[in-house]
This record gives sequence, C-alpha cells and structure tokens, in this order.
Amino acid sequence: MFFLTLLLLLLLGSVGLAFFIRPLRKFFPLLLTLFTGLLLVVALFIPAQPFPKLEEEFSMWFDVIAVFSFILGGGNLLRVHLMKIQQKKRDWQYSIVTVTGFVIVLVIGLFKVGSKNWSDPYLAQGTAFKWMYDAVFVPLQATIFSLLAFFVASAAFRAFRAKTREATILLVAAFIILIGRTPVGVWLTSWLPNPLQFFHIPNLSTWILSVPNMAGQRAIMIGIALGIISTSLKMILGIERSWLGGDES
Amino acid sequence: MKFDTTFWMKLSQIDRRWIFLVIAITVALPMVLGIDFTAVPAPMVEKVFQTIQRLPAGSKVLISYDYGPSTVPENQPMADALVFHLLSKDCKVYMMAVWATGERQSQYTIDHIVKPSFPNKEYGVDYIDLGFKAGGTGLINMLFTSVKRMYTTDRTGNDIQSFPMMSDIETLKNFDMILSISSGAPGLKEWIQFAGDRGNIPVAGGVTAVQATELFPYYPRQMFGLMAGLQGAAEYESLVIHMYPKFFQHRSALRKMAPQTVAHLAIIAFVIIGNIAYFMTRKK
Repeated sequence: MFFLTLLLLLLLGSVGLAFFIRPLRKFFPLLLTLFTGLLLVVALFIPAQPFPKLEEEFSMWFDVIAVFSFILGGGNLLRVHLMKIQQKKRDWQYSIVTVTGFVIVLVIGLFKVGSKNWSDPYLAQGTAFKWMYDAVFVPLQATIFSLLAFFVASAAFRAFRAKTREATILLVAAFIILIGRTPVGVWLTSWLPNPLQFFHIPNLSTWILSVPNMAGQRAIMIGIALGIISTSLKMILGIERSWLGGDES
Repeated sequence: MKFDTTFWMKLSQIDRRWIFLVIAITVALPMVLGIDFTAVPAPMVEKVFQTIQRLPAGSKVLISYDYGPSTVPENQPMADALVFHLLSKDCKVYMMAVWATGERQSQYTIDHIVKPSFPNKEYGVDYIDLGFKAGGTGLINMLFTSVKRMYTTDRTGNDIQSFPMMSDIETLKNFDMILSISSGAPGLKEWIQFAGDRGNIPVAGGVTAVQATELFPYYPRQMFGLMAGLQGAAEYESLVIHMYPKFFQHRSALRKMAPQTVAHLAIIAFVIIGNIAYFMTRKK
C-alpha cells in the first residue's frame, strides 16, 4: 500500500508541478517511467509481499486504462475521418460510410435499442445490436477474409516463380505443405514402404514445419525478445523519448 | 493445338477473373455435392485429445475464445469439438474471451453444442460464460493473480459469486487446463507466456493455419498440443467422433475439408501452369 500511495502522490504532485513549471513537463513523466518500470521488473523477481500485491494492482490499473483506450480510439477515428470529409481528401466518400456506421453502431449499442430490459446484455436476443452484429458485421468480416482465397490463387499464379535456387526451394516447400495439409497428401504417398516413411507427404510437411520453420521462428522470436528488452530499458532509463511526443527522440 | 510462345504468353497474362472463377467453382462444388473427407490425426492434435481424455471428472478447464467472425470456419469447429469433449468427460467448462468478438462465438457454442447435446448440464454448475473483458495481455496478467476482481459478473451480468462452480476459483492456478482458440494476438501465444509458463498450468489450443508456425516452437514443453487450421480442427473432430459418435451431427471442419483440399489443388495447378508459362516464354 505504501508504494502505491507513494506512486499516486508522485503522480499527483508531478502533474501539479508540471502545470506551473514548463521544463518539468518532460522530467516527471520520465521519472514516473523509471520508477514504475523498475518497480515492475523487481516485482516479477521477488515473490514476497508487497511486490505480488503491487503487480496485481498495476495489472488492474492497466485494465482500467485499457478500457479508456476504446474511447481514445473511437475519438481518434472520428477526428481523422471528419477531417478527411471536411478537407475533401482522396476517397473522402468512404469516410462518410465509416463515420455513419460508427455512430449508428455506437448509439444502438449504448442505448440498447430493441432491448426489453435495460439490464439485458447488449447482445441479448431481439436487440438491434445483435441483429446488426449477425446480419452485417459477421457476413462482412467473413466476406473480406474469404477474398483472401481468390487473391492468394491469383498472386500464386503470377508471382510464385522458380526464378532462383532459393525461390525453387520455397516453391517445393510450399507444394509439400499445401498437399500435406489435405487428405490428398495421405493418399498420394500412403503406399510407401516403412523405410521410406520419411518421404510420406504429411511426414515431410511436419518435418518442414518442425525443423527448418521452427529454427527460423525461434531466431525471429529471440530477436524480437531482445529488441523488446533493449527498447524497454531505453524507455525506462529515459534514452528513448519519442513516446513523450513533440520533437523528443 | 500448337503450344507456341504466343499461347504461353497469353496464358501467363490471363485475366485474373478467370482464376477467381476457377477458385469459386472448386470451393463451391464440393460443398454443393456434400463431399465428406476423413482426417488422420497428427501427433500434436492427438496429444490435445489424449490429455483431455485423461482428465478426471470435475476438472476445471478454461477455454478462451480469442477470435472473430472472419476466422469462424477454422476456429469455431475447434471450440465446439473441445467443449463437446470436455462436457462429455464431465469437466467444468469456463468460457471467456480476450477478444470482444469472441463473446458471440462462445454464445454460439452454448446454443448449438451445449444446449442440444447436454440438456442435463446446468449453467453455473457445469459450464459458465464469463464473457469479454478489455486488456488483452493485461487481462491475462490480472487473471493470474485474481479472477474474481476482473470478473465480478458473468456475460449476462449475474453476480459471479452466485455460481457454485466459481466458489473455488481464485486465480488461473485453480484451473487444471487452459485452452485458447485464437486467430491472432492476444491469443494462444499470450496464454502460454503470461499464464501457462508462469503458473505451470497446462496450455493448449487451436489456431488458424497462418498463425500455426508461430506456435510450433512452444511444443511440447510449454504447449502440450495444438490444432493447426481447418486440418487440425478436422483431425480433432474425427477423434471426438471416434470416441463419441453422437458428435457426428455437429461435424463442421470435416465438411469443409473437401473445399479446402480442392482449392489447394487448384492453387498448386495454377502455380505449375504459371511456372511452365514462365519457362516457355523465357526461352525465346
């Protein structure tokens, strides 16, 4: 509790001071980041109280803030598209559709239009929101995603060429994976005798995924993790300041 | 017919609408004809099935719906088959969603699988739908320390304390298993990183085919099994049907395997034709 009270006082104090003293507007956010960042790192490695409690409280704060990000996101979407409409930028007509759709869904959801009881969930049977979700949102999302099959086929026909040795290896691997993900893969090579089972297409497909693919994935994952650690450290120590906005970097 | 350079040139520049038409026919035809395919379970899928099969009755299993309508054909059969299997084993099923769109999908499972197939199972006693909460990885992190602080009500707004099956749930560690059906982030990967690894809780699940390659490095130590794409869902369905023939009427992935297979073959044919055309025109 002590740490939380301290953090809250620090936060309130910094906001108050930064309001009056301009140079502190950047100093206090950096100080807060340093304090909070170090505290959370320490909390992860020390299982004794008050650290687990602190971690719980921070997680709760994070979830509360995450809810507000919806408001921020919605507000930003409106601002960007209204500006586009006002300035009649390229394809501004589509922005009218976006804004209209956003406002309609928001109003219907917030006021639970069609709901018999105010305490009913927004997706309850008979609500306008449920109808819009089932009759508009679901088919739209499914349709857009389904288009992938058509574009993948078209792109594969035009661009998937064995132009180089690397491209040929990629092409062969793609063939094996594509056939291996279907029952045809099983049928095609099920006649192979036991000593040649490695060449059974599903086995080959599994090998590609679990050996060369896994090696690449692990390398990418380790690289990303190291990148996250270094960026986090730079932010905690105040080296990376682009998140402050303005010309700080 | 003479296959000269002009022919191959024309073929390589074919209007893409012809390709779209072929794909549309190859996908629609098997669906219209109602062709059913079989699926031979892969070891990763079999591991999910066998681990659930070994769970004692009353085991508490959390299943997170981390996807939306766009990936329903791949993800929904996985979730439906898992819930059917868990309830057949008399496990306690706790549904939730890290994605806002997941809430609707858990409702689908309740309406189409739980209620018709398990009329004797009682809401709040045998299964519960906690619904969606914002926060993503932050939510998983918070659930790790306290489930009830995040979920004070179920999806329909009823007090969480009023459900008997919630009485002994305090943190994620109280679950015997976590399953995530996901199509992106936050999803199965985040459940492994923020819950499974930290609490030593068995984690598995199902993901879309494109996401699967990201998950393979976690198998088998951090993730005990995986259903990858429609094929994985079909394999799991075939295992469930083999053990519980009643599930045959609910099979969905197995039905979709025929269109996927024919479409894959059509894409392979396109790539082969495209390459032949490329080499024939390059020679001159």
